[in-house]
Amino acid sequence: MRRRTRTGIWGALSVSVLLLAACGGDGEVEQETGPVTLQVMNFANYMPEDIGERFEEATGHTIELTLTSSNEDAIAKLDASGEGTYDIVFVTSPFAEGLINADRFEPLDHEQIPNLSNLYPEASQLAYDPGNEFTMPYAWGTTGFCYRTDLVTSTEMDSWNDLLDPSEELAGKVTMLDEDRWLLMPALKVLGYSANTVDETELQEAAELSIQAKDTLLGYDAETFYTKLDSGEASAVMGWDGWCNYVSDPSVVEWVLPAEGSDLWVDVMAIPKGSRHLEAAHQFIDFILEVENGLWVAENILYKVPNAAAMEALDPSYFEDYPNMAITPAELLEQEALRDLGEGQPTFTDAVTQVKAA
Amino acid sequence: MSDLKTMSPGAEAPGRVVSAPVPDDGLARSRLGWLTLSPAFLWWGVFLATPLGLILVSSFFRRGPFGGVVYEFTLDNYTRAIDPLYLRVLWYSVRMALLTTAICLLVGYPAAYFIATRTSARMRNALLVLVILPFWTNFLIRTYAWIVLLNREGVINRTLQAAGLTDAPLPLLYNDFAIVLGLVYGYLPLMILPLYAALERLNPEIRESAEDLGSRPLRILRTITVPLIVPGIVAGCVFVFVPSLGNFPVPQLLGGGRRIMMGNLINQQFLDARDWPFGSTLALMLMLILMLLLVVQSRVLRRGREIGIDV
Repeated sequence: MRRRTRTGIWGALSVSVLLLAACGGDGEVEQETGPVTLQVMNFANYMPEDIGERFEEATGHTIELTLTSSNEDAIAKLDASGEGTYDIVFVTSPFAEGLINADRFEPLDHEQIPNLSNLYPEASQLAYDPGNEFTMPYAWGTTGFCYRTDLVTSTEMDSWNDLLDPSEELAGKVTMLDEDRWLLMPALKVLGYSANTVDETELQEAAELSIQAKDTLLGYDAETFYTKLDSGEASAVMGWDGWCNYVSDPSVVEWVLPAEGSDLWVDVMAIPKGSRHLEAAHQFIDFILEVENGLWVAENILYKVPNAAAMEALDPSYFEDYPNMAITPAELLEQEALRDLGEGQPTFTDAVTQVKAA
Repeated sequence: MSDLKTMSPGAEAPGRVVSAPVPDDGLARSRLGWLTLSPAFLWWGVFLATPLGLILVSSFFRRGPFGGVVYEFTLDNYTRAIDPLYLRVLWYSVRMALLTTAICLLVGYPAAYFIATRTSARMRNALLVLVILPFWTNFLIRTYAWIVLLNREGVINRTLQAAGLTDAPLPLLYNDFAIVLGLVYGYLPLMILPLYAALERLNPEIRESAEDLGSRPLRILRTITVPLIVPGIVAGCVFVFVPSLGNFPVPQLLGGGRRIMMGNLINQQFLDARDWPFGSTLALMLMLILMLLLVVQSRVLRRGREIGIDV
């Protein structure tokens, strides 16, 4: 999912100087023909290294890769450059939804993406973009927690309350995520509310519950939580499913998808408005959906992919070593897809700030 | 990264006033003067004035439904900024920064005094290099190192327990103590250097005559040394207080994100909430406080010069 570094405010602002200068026109964009160079924006180390060479062999087109450190970074880069600068961009679902609503993506022509048939049927039932009109899923997952089986004696770990209101042996040994959208999610789920709520009363309740939970928290950690589990500093950590697989000894770590439910995040590919290489961009998306490339993500990033053919080709030992790899698409879809909060975002962030400032 | 922003105030020597040479032969020279200044002006204009201008401008506009800035004039950001929720964060930040400054002064003064007055020239240079040596390593890496030292399973707790001094791990990390420790550690050199500069220029004969006349060390400190180095003290305090107030990696990493300071709040508004206008307003608020401090500092320096202290 989103990996990020905390880029400075200054960087973001100087980028906006350019933003003011970059206002694109409307209408049909003239297409370049022949072998072209596709401008692809993706998170670092999130595609096979030889993807460019193999894509060129297959199609004659070359790619030029721009790396991003976070979704915020990707959007800043999109904003700062003129339309048509990028042909493919990778972002996470709620951010993609915001971009769809802002009319920033080209519609996808499914005729040009025959490998679509590799995907699970569930991959076209995603709430932020039903029918994959604008985005194609690349990897997906959910959020839960993992704990050290050798440090925790309780055998009934199945609820967000195990983190929010931990047993004596866990008190002071729990970390939780403090990223905007995930900080309140456990409390919201325990209270039976939507992870996408912008209702002030609901948010207030969730904030109060989260503030209480701070007493028994070791700390918030959204970047290195799995190393805290490694060292034994923490006994249970809230985390994104794939990241729980990064612990050094998975055999003593158990993954839990809490009974109250959780979120569904999807990293997607899309074609930004104004691309002059629509055909090649579709070819690229189609190429990424080939079994081999989906398999690479599953084996190397330890994320689940919506690519059914790739998941079927995955060595079954992965499902044993990393139980969250075995979560089925149907189970994933039972979780609540994170949505763009639109005008409600500041209200949501205020509730988060309340928790952090308490 | 963040450390660039937070550490820059240390770059200048405190309060040293150099009067510019007056050009004596006309136009050619003044043209040359402008020419040599222009890279600095360009730098200043592109990387300081423009971003600051953007912050000021966007603080008066609205956040768009998907982040960004909608150019509709509003003062909402300012009324929102004085909400108790944010003032509480500000007050907490000020408290932490004040505590950091006080500890730095208490720890830094003896060190600066020793380096400035009790060492040979060679030793002095070696010690000064040691003071600035930490700056050779990235601030974030040094902060992570503290996590290794302080955590429950960390070096310090392991050693204490192995030596039988404690039965259970001490809570050294993820609390206010760890935040202040990290800030003091990071900014102590910014206190020692100006204090050193002030003490080093102090004529030792003044203290010696006081001693000869029978004054006790504490009285010399109170009535002679401290009044004479006030400008150095003020400079050191400003150098420590300013970056402490805006620091965000330390509360995040050593504080475990359990409490936030102004820096974290601004960071959160820009990145998580994608609310650039409100983030800008908070940043301006912080800058305003810091500017007031700089005014106070320059007042103190001017008074120092008026009463004849060479600073």
